[in-house]
Parts: sequence; C-alpha cells; structure tokens
Amino acid sequence: MANDTVLDIRSLKVDFDTPTGPIAAVKGVDIEVGAGETVAIVGESGSGKSQTMMAAMGLLASNGRTSGVVIYGGQNILGLSTGKLNKIRGARITMIFQEPMTSLDQLYTVGRQLAEPMVVHGGLSWKQAQAKALELLKLVNIPEPERKLKAYPYEMSGGQRQRVMIAMALANDPDVLIADEPTTALDVTTQAQILELLRDLQKRLGMAVIFITHDLGIVRQIADRVYVMKTGEVVETGRTQEIFSRPAHPYTRMLLDAEPAGSKPAVPPQAPVLLEAQKVEVEFALDGGFLRPKHVLRAVDGVSFVLRRGQTLGVVGESGSGKSTLGRAILNLLPAGGRVVYQGGVITGKSRREMKALRRNMQLVFQDPFGSLSPRMTVGQIISEGLLVHEPSLSARERDRRACLALEEVSLDPATRNRYPHEFSGGQRQRIAIARTMVLKPDLVVLDEPTSALDRTIQKQIVELLRELQAAHGLTYIFISHDLAVVRAIADTVMVMKRGQVVEAGPTQNIFEAPRETYTRELIRAAMLTQERLAGPLPA
Amino acid sequence: MAVTSPETVVGPQKGRSLWDDARDRLLANRAAVASMIVLAVITLLSILGPILSPHDYDAVYRDYVKVPASLEAYPKADQVQPAFEALVKRARLRLESYERTGDRVVARVTSSRSIDPRSTRYIDRSDMFENAVLSDLSDNDTRATLAADIKHLHFYFGTDANGRDLMTRTFIAGRISLTIGLLATTVAISIGVVYGATSGYLGGRVDQLMMRVVDILYSLPFIFFVIMLVVFFGRNFVLMFIAVGAVEWLDMARIVRGQTLTIKRQEYVQAAEAMGVGDGGIIRRHVIPNTLGPVVVYMTLLVPKVILLESFLSFLGLGIQEPMTSWGVLISEGARNLQGAPWMLIFPSIFLTSTLFALNFIGDGLRDALDPKDR
Repeated sequence: MANDTVLDIRSLKVDFDTPTGPIAAVKGVDIEVGAGETVAIVGESGSGKSQTMMAAMGLLASNGRTSGVVIYGGQNILGLSTGKLNKIRGARITMIFQEPMTSLDQLYTVGRQLAEPMVVHGGLSWKQAQAKALELLKLVNIPEPERKLKAYPYEMSGGQRQRVMIAMALANDPDVLIADEPTTALDVTTQAQILELLRDLQKRLGMAVIFITHDLGIVRQIADRVYVMKTGEVVETGRTQEIFSRPAHPYTRMLLDAEPAGSKPAVPPQAPVLLEAQKVEVEFALDGGFLRPKHVLRAVDGVSFVLRRGQTLGVVGESGSGKSTLGRAILNLLPAGGRVVYQGGVITGKSRREMKALRRNMQLVFQDPFGSLSPRMTVGQIISEGLLVHEPSLSARERDRRACLALEEVSLDPATRNRYPHEFSGGQRQRIAIARTMVLKPDLVVLDEPTSALDRTIQKQIVELLRELQAAHGLTYIFISHDLAVVRAIADTVMVMKRGQVVEAGPTQNIFEAPRETYTRELIRAAMLTQERLAGPLPA
Repeated sequence: MAVTSPETVVGPQKGRSLWDDARDRLLANRAAVASMIVLAVITLLSILGPILSPHDYDAVYRDYVKVPASLEAYPKADQVQPAFEALVKRARLRLESYERTGDRVVARVTSSRSIDPRSTRYIDRSDMFENAVLSDLSDNDTRATLAADIKHLHFYFGTDANGRDLMTRTFIAGRISLTIGLLATTVAISIGVVYGATSGYLGGRVDQLMMRVVDILYSLPFIFFVIMLVVFFGRNFVLMFIAVGAVEWLDMARIVRGQTLTIKRQEYVQAAEAMGVGDGGIIRRHVIPNTLGPVVVYMTLLVPKVILLESFLSFLGLGIQEPMTSWGVLISEGARNLQGAPWMLIFPSIFLTSTLFALNFIGDGLRDALDPKDR
C-alpha cells in the first residue's frame, strides 16, 4: 500500500505549553493512509488520537507546538501557511466532528451553508451551488432533500445534521475524510445508520477515511486497518482482523475486554416491594406564541412498574424517550401524575418539606460527572453535604470521617478529599458522585446514564463498583441508559421506552434473547452492531 | 496496567481550588500585579500619610496661599526679607538693618515710641518665623535688636486657595474616596448578590416581583434621589454610602440573577435538590460561590465608578463638606484654579486616575484569570 499512500504522517509530535510547563500530547506518531482505505485510530480519551489529526490539519489550539512530517500530495503540509493549507483542508482533506448540534450555524438554512463554500471557493454560481447541494443531500440519504435544503438546522434531528455535515465534507470530492467520533453523540440506531452511510459512501466515492473513535465495535465494522493509541503513542497497529483475533499489546487486549460482562444474580421473588409506580405521567406545557395555542408535551405517559428490594430496573430508550424524566418523576423532583408508592407510602404530590426526610433514602446519580459536582467545593464538602442536611447533629470531624469511609468504598484515596473536582478524571468524578450518594446509606438509587460519558474501560470499572455496592448494601437501582450492553450486565428487569411509553418490559434475559417488539429488536440490533457481535455485512 | 487498576490518586493532601488557579494566573499578569502595587501604595499613603505629614489637613497657612509645589522648603530665600519687612512694618517698627545668617534673621529696629515687647507676636504669628526675641533694648526702649528663626515648611504638592497643604489634603481625600468606593461597593454587592441569587433561584412569580422592584428603583433619577435624601436627612457622610449603594446594587442584582438562572440548571444544583438540601443551603453553598467570579470582576469596576459618582456629587455640592475633602472635591477646586495654580488639579488627578487605572487593570486581570475558557 506504500505506493498509493495519500496521507503519510511521520514522527509527529505535539506539545502544549501550559502555565505548569509543556505537556507532550503526541509523542512521535507514524500513521500511513492509503487511497480508498479506512483507517481507524482507537484509544481512550486523552490518548492523543484527536490531537494527532488536528495537528496534521494545522488546527491546534494556539498553545500547541508540532514537529514531524505530514506528507500529502508529495509535499509536507505541516506548518504551511493558513492560506496554502486552506486549499487542502476543506477541499482535499475534510473533517467531520463529534457534535452535530453545534457544527452548523443556526441562523442560515442548510442549503445556504452547503452552497456558500462552493460559491466562495469553487467559483460556482448560487444556482449551480444549490443544485450541487441538493445532489449532496441526496447522496447522504436525507429524506425530502428539496425541503431540507430550505430548512434550518434546528428543524433537523442529530442524525440528519450529522448527514448534512458529511454532505458538506463531501462537497469537493475529498481524497481523505477524517471522522472524529462522528457517531458518539448519536443514539444507537442513528449511529448504525450513519456508519452504514459512511461505509457506503466510501465504497462509491473511493476516498480514504480516517476514523477516530474509542469504540472498538465501530472499528471492527468499518476499518481496514487499526492504530491503537495510548498516552500519545501508537502501541499497536495492524489489519483489523489481526488486531481483533490476536491482539499483541496488553492495552489492546484490555480495550477488547472492556465490555461489561456477566449478568446480575436474580433477586428472590418474595423480596419486599420497595417502590411501585402506577401510571406515572409527566407533562410539560410548552408556551405557545402570541397567536399559537399552548402545546402540551407528554414526556412520560402512563408508566407502571414494581421494584423489589435489591433489584435493578434497567430503563432503556433513545434520547427523547422520557427515561430521564421518568427517573426524576419517581424521585418526586418533578410534578407528576399517577402514583409512586415508596415503602407503602404515596410520595407523589408531597411537598419539598415532606420529601426531605425521604430524600436520604432515594438518591440520584447523574450522567455528566463534570457538571454534577460543584466546581467551587472540595470533594470532602461535596460528599458530606448530604450529612449536613440529614444529620445536622454530626460534628465536623464525624462528617469528615464518614466522607473518608465513603471515598474508600468507591476505591478513591481519602487523602484526596481536600481537592477540587476539576483535579479528577471523568471516572474518578463519577466515583465521587457515587460516594456522595453512598454516604447517606440510601435504599434506592436512580442512576441516570452514569456510564455514558465515560470510556469503555472506565465504564466497566464503574459497573463493577455499582455491583459491589449493591451486593454490600442491598441497594435497589433504577438504571437509566441507552447503552444496552451495560444494562444487560447490571439489570434484573428491563423496560424499553419510546416516546414516553413503555414498549416492552420483562426480565433482562427475555428482552435480550427474545424481544417481541420491532422497536426493541431494532435497538438491540443497532447496539449489537456497534458491539461487534454482528460481524457480517449489514442488511440494508 | 495503570488503566485497569482502580484509579486512585496519590498526591498531596491539599487541593488546588479554582481560586488558587485564578490567583496564580492573576499573579502572572504583569499589568495586574503592577496595578495591585500601585493601589497598595496609594492605600498606604492615604492611611498613613495624614498621620505622618507635618501638616494638619485643615491647617491654614495664610502666608502660603496657592504656593506652587516644590521640593525645597518654604520660605524661599527671596521671600524672607520682604516678608520680614512687612511684618516689622505691621508691628509699627522701623527697620534699620537686616541681616540673615543661615536660618536666623537678626535686625535692628527702631520706633518713635517705646517698643512693646509683645511686638514679637507679630513676627511669631507669621508662618515663616518663630522664636522671635527682642534684645539689646536701648535705654528709652526705642531701639532694639529683633531676632527670629526662619520656620521651614515643605509643601511638596503646593497649597490650595486657602493655604492648606495639598499633599495632606490629597491623602486625607484618598481616605474618603477609597472608603466610599469600598464601602459603597461592599454594600451594593452584598445586597445585589443576595437579592439577585434569591430572585433567580426561586424563579417564577417571586422572581417577577423582585425584578419589577428593581425596575422601579432603576427608573428613579439618581440626582433627584440624592437631593431628596439630602433634603430629608441633611448632608451626611453616611448618606453617601446609602445613596450610592442604593443605586449601584441594582446592576449587581441583575448580573447575579442572570448567572443564577444558568447555575440553577446545572446538574450539581439538581443533585443538591435531589439530596434534600433546602433553598437556603443551595443558594449559599452552590449558587453564590459560583457567581462570585463575575461579581469580583464587576466589583473592581464598580469601585472606580463609585469614586467618580462621589466626585460628581461633591462637585455638585451634595457630597463631602469642608474641611473634610475627597478627590472629587479637590479636583473640582483644582479645575476652578487651573489658571495660576495648576498643581491643585494635577496632584489629586494623578491619585484619582492612577487608582482608577489600577482598579480597571486589576478588573481586567481578574476577568482573564477567572475565565473558565482559559482552563
């Protein structure tokens, strides 16, 4: 493949100047991409995989320094002036990013945003450009392309926006398409569609694709060759098949093994009922405009379930299915209809004061470990805040001791309790968030996507931690997630939600092995696609 | 494998808060550090200056009205003799001979009548001489030797239209201006932060009501408001704080309310709610600490604003009263005496503008230091 190499990166190094001294983000990486080839760069967050490509494209932050060689079309493009670089990037080498929500300008129509670069750089007239834009939208399989041309980005779903981004990247028939985690922010079913589209486009257009991802399932689906990166270095490289069947480096093996495995031992059916939800409903009144009537959005629509002590209920569904809203409604954090019975007492409609005593038994863990910890409090303060509310008689020393115990329980060093959240990694922060709930010795913990913002290996650790805690304290979980692999590993029963309603519910094994509903099957199929079980080609 | 093992942090016990980081970034900002030094020097001068200065801020030197700033001591060499002659004349004596040796003036004086020994008081009363002594009185008391020490006085910034030392007055004015700046700002910030955070956090109807009150207060004309206060309560130093504080907290309340609206949707606030923390606890522990970044920045910009506002009020005659003074008062006097006595404008202006510059630079520095995008 050496003779038809389109992009050749040799001993690329990236350093960032920070107030505390330079940080080496990429430490001499060699990556070679052949024409029409799909190369995946895999690694966890912080491994330097994105920075490698950003540096190659000259898109580093202002405090970044690069050295090495990046050869495209026979010349070294590293360190070229912006003017010369712009002839290549955006035209010959294009990029798509993770966040389709923010990559499009909300103020212009999709058609205009697609056409503008063709008019400005390509010298087309507006009419020609519009025609080409329409062609591109058809190419990326957007339904009703004529209408979408005149649509604004906010009128489109995440998957459609990502398609528009791909269309933009394809506008000039690039030689290389760099896709930086293009599916991470999307739902599983949308993810599968986008991957399918990329694979299809590559086959038709014959460009090289560099796929940056942390998800090995995707890699297996789409890549010809794989580069595994760890802390700024390529630790292993080879053909996808070889890497997956005979991983040589322990890090690769660990990544491959990062899938949460096993299942939860069943809870005896005679265990007492801890929580019962009867036809829970949540409605949001969306304000109408001046002349528009008010609109009521039913986020949760008649959900019922029974949860026994020690059980884990997995709630799955795509974004917008109402699963997070359900979690908050159960904890009476939102005004809700229906009834929630906790240990024999109805809690629906109780005031905040009446709820206060119950709050210590019912806890909530959030998805985003960066947003759920107050940035100006130390970890010790964050963990012991609940004690301040529920056991105000405790002395400061006793609170501190309990905080230490809670930290130990989540395998964090108690000596770190005077540090601040921003000094911890994502996984550590999620452990802190869990410690915050454990310090109050709750019965019920609602876990709202607790692993979704984390790397696979960290996810596995968190799932194991949650299992251990459950076994040690007899906890009952409501585990909300869109990640079916994690749910499978942790839940007794699964509830599949779509548009606020329960589509299907039952024991985990039944749901996964014999799904009745089409929607459930779709979800599982899409999840399995990205989880390397379905190695063969996709049905169209 | 570092990654598979449970992530434990082994390290120093004490964590670095965001404030620590911000402080380091601020200290790396040269303009801000220089400004802090300037501000510290001005503050020290304002506090200690009037104590260490040989002049009282309200002491009037009638012989030195509007003398220019000078590093040399007054009286100047050429001033001594005419001044002495004038004094002798006022004592109804005639000067026969005049001799100056160093800091001492010795003269022979005569009079048609007998010389009153109390004549020395005319000399002593002057700001230029002291220890006047009559000696060698002739038999009929009509001739005598009059000796006096020259009193040296320094007016480094010159004197004002009433002959008061401008340096001491500038320092004492600094006390007033900085005190008003700091106190009124503190008042404004405390009210504004608590009010804004409460309004923003509680939201709904309470928020509407509280913010409409702010709107109503906004619509009161400031000067009219101050004149009303002065009419009812008379001119008073404390009134300044109330007047300025009562107006300036409105901005603060709006800023903090806006911040709070964002913060209350943060997950850590929801987490606290889910844990059963009450409204007070959430506002105190979660909302206010996280609004403080913009508040601190606004504060450094508010202090100069308040100082200027006080100057404006004093300029209108509604503020500080004589003999007490503030930079605003000194500058307005200086402006009136610009022709002929420019130093009366220059020195207070230097102090006021350097303070304002310093505070603005510190504000800029703080904003950069606290900007989370920098992280």
